[in-house]
Amino acid sequence: MRQFMKYFSASFLFISMVITSSIAIAADYKVGFIYIGPPGDHGWNYQHDVGRKAVDEAFGDKVETVFQENVPESADAERVMTQMALSGADMIFATSFGYMEPVLNVAKKFPKVKFEHATGYMTADNVSTYSARFYEGRTVAGHIAGKMTQSNTIGYVASYPIPEVVRGINSAYLAAKKANPNVEFKVIWIFTWYDPAKEADAAKTLISQGADVILQHVDSSAIMTVAEEAGVYAFGQASDMSAFGPNAHLTAIINGWAPYYVKKVKQGMDGTWKGAEQTFDGIGAGMVIIGPLSDKIPDSVKKEAMEIRDGIASGTLHSFTGPINKQDGSPWLKAGETADMGTLLGMNFYVEGIEGDIPQ
Amino acid sequence: MFKLIPRENVSPVLSLLGPLFSVGLTMIVGGILFYFLGVDPFAAIKMIFWDPLMSETFSTYSIPQIFIKGAPLILIALGLSVGFKANVWNIGAEGQYIMGAIFGASFALSLYPLESIVIFPAMILIGVIGGCLWSMIPAFLKVKFQVNEILVSLMLVYVAEQILALASLGFLRNPDGAGFPGSRNLNQYTSASNAEIIAGTGIHLGVLLSLLMVIFFYVLLFRHSLGFKIKLLGNSPKASGFSGDNPNKLIFLCLTLSGSLAGLAGIMEVAGPAGQINIDFNVGYGFTAIIVAFLGRLNPIGIFFAGIVMALTYVGGELTQFMLNLPAAAIQVFQGMLLFFLLSFDLFVHYKIKLKGNK
Repeated sequence: MRQFMKYFSASFLFISMVITSSIAIAADYKVGFIYIGPPGDHGWNYQHDVGRKAVDEAFGDKVETVFQENVPESADAERVMTQMALSGADMIFATSFGYMEPVLNVAKKFPKVKFEHATGYMTADNVSTYSARFYEGRTVAGHIAGKMTQSNTIGYVASYPIPEVVRGINSAYLAAKKANPNVEFKVIWIFTWYDPAKEADAAKTLISQGADVILQHVDSSAIMTVAEEAGVYAFGQASDMSAFGPNAHLTAIINGWAPYYVKKVKQGMDGTWKGAEQTFDGIGAGMVIIGPLSDKIPDSVKKEAMEIRDGIASGTLHSFTGPINKQDGSPWLKAGETADMGTLLGMNFYVEGIEGDIPQ
Repeated sequence: MFKLIPRENVSPVLSLLGPLFSVGLTMIVGGILFYFLGVDPFAAIKMIFWDPLMSETFSTYSIPQIFIKGAPLILIALGLSVGFKANVWNIGAEGQYIMGAIFGASFALSLYPLESIVIFPAMILIGVIGGCLWSMIPAFLKVKFQVNEILVSLMLVYVAEQILALASLGFLRNPDGAGFPGSRNLNQYTSASNAEIIAGTGIHLGVLLSLLMVIFFYVLLFRHSLGFKIKLLGNSPKASGFSGDNPNKLIFLCLTLSGSLAGLAGIMEVAGPAGQINIDFNVGYGFTAIIVAFLGRLNPIGIFFAGIVMALTYVGGELTQFMLNLPAAAIQVFQGMLLFFLLSFDLFVHYKIKLKGNK
């Protein structure tokens, strides 16, 4: 015991020396990230962390990145960001929608710190927002799903009934319906972004209702595991999940934050960063990436999928091109008309053909 | 093999040392855990317990934050402690906290945008009633049908969470919120905002009330006959009956107190630091308060310090996460160890261990 104490007190001295010296060699630019869940989720948070690591790699010693996981979307987020700002962070990426009000509050207190908020809709002089057009990826996935289903029933595990998620369901449905007019969608809302047990239960329910292809808008890889066991197909969400279901995994809609993060940090460092900007990029800008396609997909379907992807990227194709009616049969888009940004960002209705209600 | 025999004389000194012992042991075992996670244990422990209070960079902000984070813990733990003394186990304070917030916020938001000074006190009162009503369900079922209040109160947490989701997506959803879940921000509604009372610190009325409640409960438990009756019910329900007390009334009283205080904490939080009703509004104060109540020896003064120490581990724990890359789960383990060591220490204070041969 005494030796143990001796070792500990010696190491204490040594460590306090290391700490004091490490402060002296701190990087010139500090960037903080806050995550809603653990970066080990292989989904949403994982991809943000990939972006953070890309910043580390791009700037080396010049930039120091820090992150905090499992930050609740409450007063806790405000405290975490304030402490990050106090610790000298120059830029903070808040990577979940629910951080919106906390971001605005903290930004007011630290006008010199630059804030980047993912998927929000409110900005300030030192707050910009960014989001990806994931629905573009879902058009590709929807097409593949429509072609691959044998039972003509596609399951969809959805998180919260917010425009982002509703947009994804509509986009996937329209593409699937176009690929296969007999297709039917079954949607289960689980009211969480990350709960492997609930996600797995929802997937099992959908499979028992006859779904043989499952799309997901939740973060974990649990659905992929269930699909693999049940012998049905599924799509990776946010990152490539083929490791969890080598046979089930058709492709993945991958979130590509890295180029955006590197660009924004660079702008922050050279003084060209601007607040009150709203970025909404898709496949074209590399913010949405279609992962490698499974060998299970026939070559003809692969080719069509790639054509859709390239069409969306070049702008010749839009996920929401009329004629499209709303669920109640009322017209939304005329033939050839494409959806405007405002309707997309606030989308709170299903398109015609989807059964069930959006929870209110 | 082992047999636990109650000690006839429980040392009051050891009993008081328990919390200090468990904090100390948590530091040591936690330090070893941090070491194996590749984080310097001394820097981590210093950052959890010292930096929020003493560091020049953080302390001005963190010290008031500790009180803000501690206030709901102290309020809820005070209410729970009365029940725990009387062997009435309300495990569902989290649900009562949620219901307090929903009741109060629903009332205030139903009047939006009317401004009046009556709204704020009425909102608090309705929040308290909301929490209290939710705890009356287990109280009624226990008294009327002898249903176990632990199960009922716990299960009602999940019901409350569903109602919270319903409120965020439905009847309280902000009509100007672009279709996103969540109510209007009460901080932007002057009459309902639980605004800071010391400018720039974030200290709100709930913090002040948590301190006043500590005094109130101290008087109630140690200077009032009710405190004695409650202890009597816990130690010997029969004797309590003989002395003419009605145990059912005391059960109702205990659950009224704990539900009301959880409701108070909820309405203070939703109108103050949280600002709005949202799906993820509750972050586990109702459960953490159970640790706080025991760490504070079910004593109001003890609960105050326990709440502050617990809040410190949150605020300091966050610092260690982004300054030293410590995973969030490690901090949760650290907090869990506090209760674990306290309970195991208590066991040895209250019981002797006797080795028994196999028969």
